[in-house]
Order: sequence, then C-alpha cells, then structure tokens
Amino acid sequence: MSDETPEFGTSDVAPGDEGSEAGIATYLVGLGLALLLTGVSFFIAKTHLVWGPSIPVALIVLAIAQMGVHLVFFLHITTGPDNANNVMALAFGVLIVLLLLTGSLWIMFHLNHNMMPMDQLMRMQR
Amino acid sequence: MSATHADHQGHAARSPGGGMPSKRIIVGYGFWIFLLSDIIMFSAFFASYAVLSDATAGGPTGQQLFDLTNVGIETMCLLLSSFTCGLASIGAQRKNSAIFQTAMAATFVLGAVFVSLEIREFAGLAAQGAGPTRSAFLTAFFTLVGCHGLHVTGGLMWLLTMMAQVLAKGYRPDILRRVMCFSLFWHALDIIWVALFSVVYLIGAGQ
Repeated sequence: MSDETPEFGTSDVAPGDEGSEAGIATYLVGLGLALLLTGVSFFIAKTHLVWGPSIPVALIVLAIAQMGVHLVFFLHITTGPDNANNVMALAFGVLIVLLLLTGSLWIMFHLNHNMMPMDQLMRMQR
Repeated sequence: MSATHADHQGHAARSPGGGMPSKRIIVGYGFWIFLLSDIIMFSAFFASYAVLSDATAGGPTGQQLFDLTNVGIETMCLLLSSFTCGLASIGAQRKNSAIFQTAMAATFVLGAVFVSLEIREFAGLAAQGAGPTRSAFLTAFFTLVGCHGLHVTGGLMWLLTMMAQVLAKGYRPDILRRVMCFSLFWHALDIIWVALFSVVYLIGAGQ
C-alpha cells in the first residue's frame, strides 16, 4: 500500500494519509487549535472590546486560519514533496472559489448600486 | 496496477518503487478532486447568500433569528466528530476494531446530535413565520445551511455503511479505501461548517 516509500521522496501520498506514522498527536494538536480559533471567533462576535466594523474582517481571517488548520492537521494536506499533486488541486479549487465569490459580490454590488430603488421601479412599471 | 507496467516508461522513471502509484493514492486523489468540486458548489451558495443577505423584504433579519448558543453546540459537535473520525481512521490503519468501531459510533452520535439540532432550528424558524419562502435572504439561508445538513445526513448513512462493511468484510484494501474516502468527506464537511458558522451565523448575528 502507500507505506512502500522509495528511497527518495518523489512518491505520492493520498490526501488524508499521513505519510508513514499515523499519530493521534496530529489530531490532538489540530483539535486544540481548532477549538482555540472557534472560541476566539465566538468571543469576538459577541464582544464590545474591539472596534465594530473590524469584527467581520476578523471573523473571516479566523475562519480562513481554521480552515488551514483543518486542512493540515485533519486532511494532512502539507507542503511536502509527496503532497504536490494534492496541493496543486487545492490551489486550483481555491482559485475557482475566489473567482466565484469575488466576481459575484463585485458584480452584484455594482448592479445594486446602479439600480433604481425597488419601490420607484415598481411605480414606473404601472 | 501491474497490467500497465510496460507502456508507462515515464512513470517508471518517476517512481523507482515501480510503475503506477498505488490504487489507494489514485482513489484518494480522485476523491479529493470530487471534494474540491463540492466545495466549489458550496462557494456558489455562499456567493448567493452573501449577495442576498440584505434582501429581507421587510421580514426578520439574521440578527433577530440566529441563536448563537445553538450554533456553538452544533460547532462543538462537528469539531469533536472530526476528531473522533480521525481516531477511527487511525483505528482502521492499525486494523484495531475496538478503536475503529468505538470512534465511528462516537462520530455518528455527534453527527446525529448536529443534524437534530439543525432540524429543530429549522422547524423553529418555520414556526415563527421565517420559512424559506419569507424572503430572498431566508431562501439563500435555508439553501446554504440545508445543503450542508443534507451532506451531513448522507455522511451519517455512509458512516453506518462503513461500520457494517468493516464488521462483515474485515479490513480488506478496498474497504480501507472507502473508509479513507469517508473520513476525507467528513473532514471536508467540517471545513465547510467553519465557513458557514463564521459567515452566516457570527457575521449575520453581529450586523
């Protein structure tokens, strides 16, 4: 199976497989970091200690950090040479997700901005 | 994959271990690509939610509807179930049925608690007149969160199937590949939930 690694590290690793030694320690570290980031997210959402408009940005940054933690410690997507194919697929996926999200938000924001308010539009149609 | 050893000299040069990569790697890679396409589908739902989140049509907003305590419990359930799912894949690799079946059962219980909390939340929203037909915001909300909930429900059925297959057929290589795909699926659902509770619930409740 995937344990038969040749001498130098050009073999591949399936996503989710953790090289040779599969340890509980990785999952424990991942769980601890994820719990920490989740706790901070829920705390920040409710608190009045930080400047209000910065909260959504902070939440998005924390969410991206936690997704990274999940990818590394739970899915074992790392930067090792045996993981290059998995990382390339992930990078392409992230590219498409970013295009989709920013493209939709950008276009729809300008559309909303340039459109007449809905009640005026309804009045014109009568 | 021994049938294709002669006509792939490029592969032989690449990995001195011999020929094609193992079937586990190919299956895992293919499933990884499926998961990424699933995430792209979710990103389309996220985009439509983000665009429509202000279109409440005079109805209730997220700030009035969302119960963060409930969301916190749901998040804990999914996070811990991701951990127990990792324990289950360790158990499967070591062919240790005590670890595998216990961890899978714990994963199932946590996932089932998550789904039941979500169903209760949806029923409560519908009962107070905030169903998916109330406004574009609520339509986008129910589509996005409900799609994730359906994925978790499907994952729970897959989980039970894996427990039964390991019980009946043992740790055969093909069964182990299915267990690997299941754990990838479950971890990916947790990643989507991270985006979901941050973008939908926490940001929505703060506005």
